[in-house]
Amino acid sequence: MDLLIDGLKKAIDMILSGDQEVFAITWLTLKVCLISILISTLIGLPLGIFLGLTRFKGRRLLLMFINIGLGLPPVVAGLWITMLLWRSGPLGGLTLLYSPTAIVMAQILVSLPIVTSLTCTAFQQISEKMLLQIKALGATKVQTLWLLIKQLKIAILAAIMAGFGRVIAEVGAAMMVGGNIQGDTRILTTTIVMEVSKGNFDIALALSFILLSVALLITAALTFLQQRKRIS
Amino acid sequence: MSPLLELKKLTYQAQRKMILDIPEFQIETGEFLGIMGPNGAGKSTLLKVLAFLDQQTSGEVLYRGQAIPNGNAPLELRRKFSIALQQSLLLDGTVFDNIAIGLTLRKVPKSIIKEKVEQWMELFAVSHLAKKNALYLSGGEAQRVNLARAMIVEPEILFLDEPFSALDFPTKIRLMEDFKGIIEEAQTTTVFVSHDLMEIHFLTTKLAIIVNGEIKQVGPTPRVLEHPNSSTVSFLNEWKKFYPVAR
Repeated sequence: MDLLIDGLKKAIDMILSGDQEVFAITWLTLKVCLISILISTLIGLPLGIFLGLTRFKGRRLLLMFINIGLGLPPVVAGLWITMLLWRSGPLGGLTLLYSPTAIVMAQILVSLPIVTSLTCTAFQQISEKMLLQIKALGATKVQTLWLLIKQLKIAILAAIMAGFGRVIAEVGAAMMVGGNIQGDTRILTTTIVMEVSKGNFDIALALSFILLSVALLITAALTFLQQRKRIS
Repeated sequence: MSPLLELKKLTYQAQRKMILDIPEFQIETGEFLGIMGPNGAGKSTLLKVLAFLDQQTSGEVLYRGQAIPNGNAPLELRRKFSIALQQSLLLDGTVFDNIAIGLTLRKVPKSIIKEKVEQWMELFAVSHLAKKNALYLSGGEAQRVNLARAMIVEPEILFLDEPFSALDFPTKIRLMEDFKGIIEEAQTTTVFVSHDLMEIHFLTTKLAIIVNGEIKQVGPTPRVLEHPNSSTVSFLNEWKKFYPVAR
């Protein structure tokens, strides 16, 4: 209990004292997580809508691969990205390994299946009759899509929150592709692992409180968006 | 003068089964047409084909004498029609927004939308529910909102697919009485699918009996009910046991 209280005090001290390194790590964490979830949403939302509303040959197979991705171990994602970006790998020429971009790539790999799969599930539940009714109201295809997105706002934001939860908690892949380089690729989760391995539990706990606060703030903002104007 | 809607040599098949086979059928301006038949007779499919919401397998649907390309009815034409289904299928939002949706999709100015929604809410006696979420309405309230949503666009033809069948008897009677008055006032051509003789008898002026995808008899409602032909007599007599109209 004392350790927890000490950790919380240290976290407050770190924030109030304006520790430059903590701010840099927190800012980088926020940046990579938000960019990752933004890209995952931009790809996963249309893909999920398409898979949810259409039927074509090979759709089930594609869905199966996406659903397998839900349980993709982060270290496996990290390993794949590492092999892709390794000097002799297909994208080795870009020299992106051990950069924040590499962390973003790994985080997209783990969050994209979540956003896609949950979006697809939501759209798949729209009944044929509802689609018929919207068409009968005189909606164009774009208007139909917009109406459905508005109707499924809660489920879509839940998919984005689940994806964000995965990227903010991610450590294995970030460690592997980012290398936890001070001032360059060090993010909150990789720093916590490092401090624990050094036996600095108080610093690790302090950073964990900062990480929790960041996650809480972002999730609270998304929840506010999800639940606003809900009338009864 | 050409009929408002006309079917010519129309067939509709699903999984190699003939669902509709209609050599000829017309809907004239201003009539309140009932389409009645047993479950699985093809009533709802016919309604969808007539409203250009589904494609026939062969044959033609003509609007004011002009053949409409199968499965490719222009948006402007679809927007002349309106449909209300058995389930009200309202959207998550206020009653006001739900009734306004057809006008919003047609990009009608907001001031006109407000005026029209208020007018239609009053006609269907749902003004007091304006700010309520449409998903939390009772069955009768939801169906009133559904019908107001369909009527607000002042459709050339209103299609109704058993909109009263899920309601309890007193609610159904009250809504049907209100609805009949509104339709007579607006003089909207209406196609009403039902398997309920009481609803058909109360609302419609013309009746088509459909059995196994074929229209077996068409004519003014009282005449069809009083003089069923050999193809429709057994179906109508079953109903008349429970609703003794025009025995």
